[in-house]
Amino acid sequence: MSVDTATVKKVASLARIAIDDAAAERLVPELNNILGWIEQLGEVDTSGVAPMTAVIPNTLRLRDDVVNADPLTGGGIRDAVLANAPQAEHGFFTVPKVIE
Amino acid sequence: MTDLTDLGIREIRDGVRDGSFSAREIAQAFSAAVARAKPLNAFLVETPAHAMAAADAADTARAAGETPKPLAGVPLGIKDLFCTKGVPATAASHILEGFTPQYESTITQKLWDAGAGMLGKLNMDQFAMGSSNETSAFGNVISPWRRNDGGNAPLAPGGSSGGSSAAVSARLCPGATGTDTGGSIRQPAAFTGISGIKPTYGRCSRWGVIAFASSLDQAGPMARDVRDCAIMLEAMSGFDPKDATSLDIPVPQWEAGLNANLAGKRVGVPREYRVENMPEEIEALWQQGIAWLKDAGAEIVEISLPHTKYALPAYYIIAPAEASSNLARYDGVRYGQRDLPDGANLQAMYAATRAAGFGEEVKRRILIGTYVLSAGFYDAYFTQASKVRTLIAGDFEAAWDSCDMLLTPTAPSAAFALGEKSADPLAMYLNDVFTVPSSLAGLPAMSVPGGVDKAGLPLGLQIIGKPLDEQGVLNAALAIEERAGFVARPAAWW
Repeated sequence: MSVDTATVKKVASLARIAIDDAAAERLVPELNNILGWIEQLGEVDTSGVAPMTAVIPNTLRLRDDVVNADPLTGGGIRDAVLANAPQAEHGFFTVPKVIE
Repeated sequence: MTDLTDLGIREIRDGVRDGSFSAREIAQAFSAAVARAKPLNAFLVETPAHAMAAADAADTARAAGETPKPLAGVPLGIKDLFCTKGVPATAASHILEGFTPQYESTITQKLWDAGAGMLGKLNMDQFAMGSSNETSAFGNVISPWRRNDGGNAPLAPGGSSGGSSAAVSARLCPGATGTDTGGSIRQPAAFTGISGIKPTYGRCSRWGVIAFASSLDQAGPMARDVRDCAIMLEAMSGFDPKDATSLDIPVPQWEAGLNANLAGKRVGVPREYRVENMPEEIEALWQQGIAWLKDAGAEIVEISLPHTKYALPAYYIIAPAEASSNLARYDGVRYGQRDLPDGANLQAMYAATRAAGFGEEVKRRILIGTYVLSAGFYDAYFTQASKVRTLIAGDFEAAWDSCDMLLTPTAPSAAFALGEKSADPLAMYLNDVFTVPSSLAGLPAMSVPGGVDKAGLPLGLQIIGKPLDEQGVLNAALAIEERAGFVARPAAWW
């Protein structure tokens, strides 16, 4: 597969990255070069091979069924959560208007 | 009196314990070295007060006759990927400028609990994406090393943990944290003549470490020798309920277990690691490494890892795919920079913020990741890469039938000059050819200095071990270290 300017712009919009025409054109050969190289994986016969899901076998644990089992990852830390917000008002993150 | 900054972790720990010097003297000496070394651009934030507070606590505890903590009096450099409470963290990206973590990463907390202090936050490739430290938004780290040709070309300290490697190598700190996704501890260690180990995936908690590719990222120590790495790794490792991939198993006493006698051990040499155009000096060093391990009592066996050539392309699908997902959180809402053009709606704000905040390499990888995960391509790229990853891990598993560990070069060349590869992303990616396969398989792997090339630059050898056999890796690395007698160090020009 190779990408063109329109594809690069579509992917950029999916990735939520603003991109102008000049940047899209510059990225076309760069991405094609990389994509062409990774395409060699197609040579490998993977029929009957399961995709890796965990690199070191491990069982998923459940957290203790306790409120605020870990205070750091529990609730009641609104000020800490909002401390780095570019804009916060009335105890909430603030974003541009999304409903007309 | 030796210069205190010439001391490594063990020497500092032991000297503070027996009163040869105070922890305060150590913290002062290293803080001063950090402050003098601005031309290296290794530190993004300096925190001498943190180092001093830990040192004073160590001195007070000693005066009170308390049992010394494992790292009491040892000041460390911390890669800027680790969140430390109240100290700005950017992952070397503009998008996180202004972010001050309200929490402490599990690993740094463990280091402070062990008595260590922080000299500062270390520069790195932006979001750990890079092999030369040229993708930092805050300028390149300059390697303290220079070629002996008198040209003084600024060299890459390796990446992504290039601030860490430069700082340890330049004697600005006795040890530093690094993180390794595809070789980001081992390659910079090799480029700067220091040691660094990436433990088994899951040994070190990833909680509070800014994520790049979650199935690969693993923290580890970078220090001047193997013993110092063992000491620091012991303090960093251990189960963390806050990280779902953390392994709930005891941490061995790696320092106490160090033993360079490899009698009865079989060391595999993978034939697929002979790449085209590999400099003769790398091949010669590899042969020398084989001779050293034989001398240490090991038996050498040639082995095959047939899917080696597919590791890099698989990595450059899996890592960007995970990165595109992990970095979706940087949108100008919760932390860091926000770019809000006049009249922009929410979507336009996201897009403008991310366009302005991310560097070129980060954007390139997010786009590749988004592309390979997009509808219609997911199976052809991501699923296929995940299957190839299974085959690569299977190659290693099969190798363990005939050997206990592997010996390879760490990188296909010595440090290159800044700017030499930055125009060609693919040429840069190929630098990680020897480190990526073991990352995909989650295995412990270490780089240890083996010698210098004809330009006087360090070259590293890599030991790759079985899952959870950090002891075997450290022991083989120690056997190399004892025989290599590597004493070269950069002359201070900064």
